[in-house]
Amino acid sequence: MTFEQIIFYLFAGVLVTAAVGMVTVRNPVYAALCLILSFFTSAGLWLLLEAEFLGIVLVLVYVGAVMVLFLFVIMMLDLNLDPLKEGFAKYLPVGLLVATVMAVEMVLVLQSGPFQTSQAAVPSPANNTEALGVLLYTDYVYPFEIAAVILVVAIIAAIVLTLRRRPDSKKQDIGQQVQVRRADRIRLVNMKAEKKA
Amino acid sequence: MIPLSHFLIVAALLFSISVAGMFLNRKNVLILLMCIELMLLSVNLNFVAFSHYLGDMAGQVFVFFILTVAAAEAAIGLAILVVLFRNRRTINVQELDAMKG
Repeated sequence: MTFEQIIFYLFAGVLVTAAVGMVTVRNPVYAALCLILSFFTSAGLWLLLEAEFLGIVLVLVYVGAVMVLFLFVIMMLDLNLDPLKEGFAKYLPVGLLVATVMAVEMVLVLQSGPFQTSQAAVPSPANNTEALGVLLYTDYVYPFEIAAVILVVAIIAAIVLTLRRRPDSKKQDIGQQVQVRRADRIRLVNMKAEKKA
Repeated sequence: MIPLSHFLIVAALLFSISVAGMFLNRKNVLILLMCIELMLLSVNLNFVAFSHYLGDMAGQVFVFFILTVAAAEAAIGLAILVVLFRNRRTINVQELDAMKG
């Protein structure tokens, strides 16, 4: 067994175990941590496939940003876990059946001839990041800009959805402060002088 | 060397596990979102494997775009989840029947 094969089977085993853990574990925090482990392990597999840039992006963007967002939301919500776990045993047989049938079908298809190749058709470019960048900024520049627009839409949508104006917040209204006039603040009272007692 | 089919089988197993996860955790929206992330990951693994063995970088460009869209989807999904929890005090799918669907 070569070193590559050892790495592949180790990472594949950890990946599948982490995925099974994610769907079966009771606490959502543990599920998110299992998902982080599976993302990390997939990044290892992608490095094995010489997709270095995407492997690093997976760790930085997914583990560093998306999963932290998930953990943040899980810990922010005060969840009552008992009703959420109901029906786990009830749906276990049908879930296992569907998953097994799907897995067996796909494995049977993948055992056939064209997928048995173990040698890359063309040697990968020496600098994966540079090759990806050249492709991204020439042939795929229009989809790249659409992706940027999608991200902007996501930012704005997330902010608009979660923004809430609380009536009891003591926020300053700068416009009102600037517009204030003398008459709003000062009241001159005309009163008679009092007699000395 | 590792044959292409091994990578594809790992991705297929990952996809099946996340489908099973959707059945098992059908009440918890959080876990459902995580299962979707896992599905996208398995598809990305397919893309990267084919890109390597066919020597075509376009597969990796597609993975790049899938990652972008998945990040946007996760952000919006979690924002909807937070608003939902703020209004209903629950994220149980079974209780989200206000529209009588």
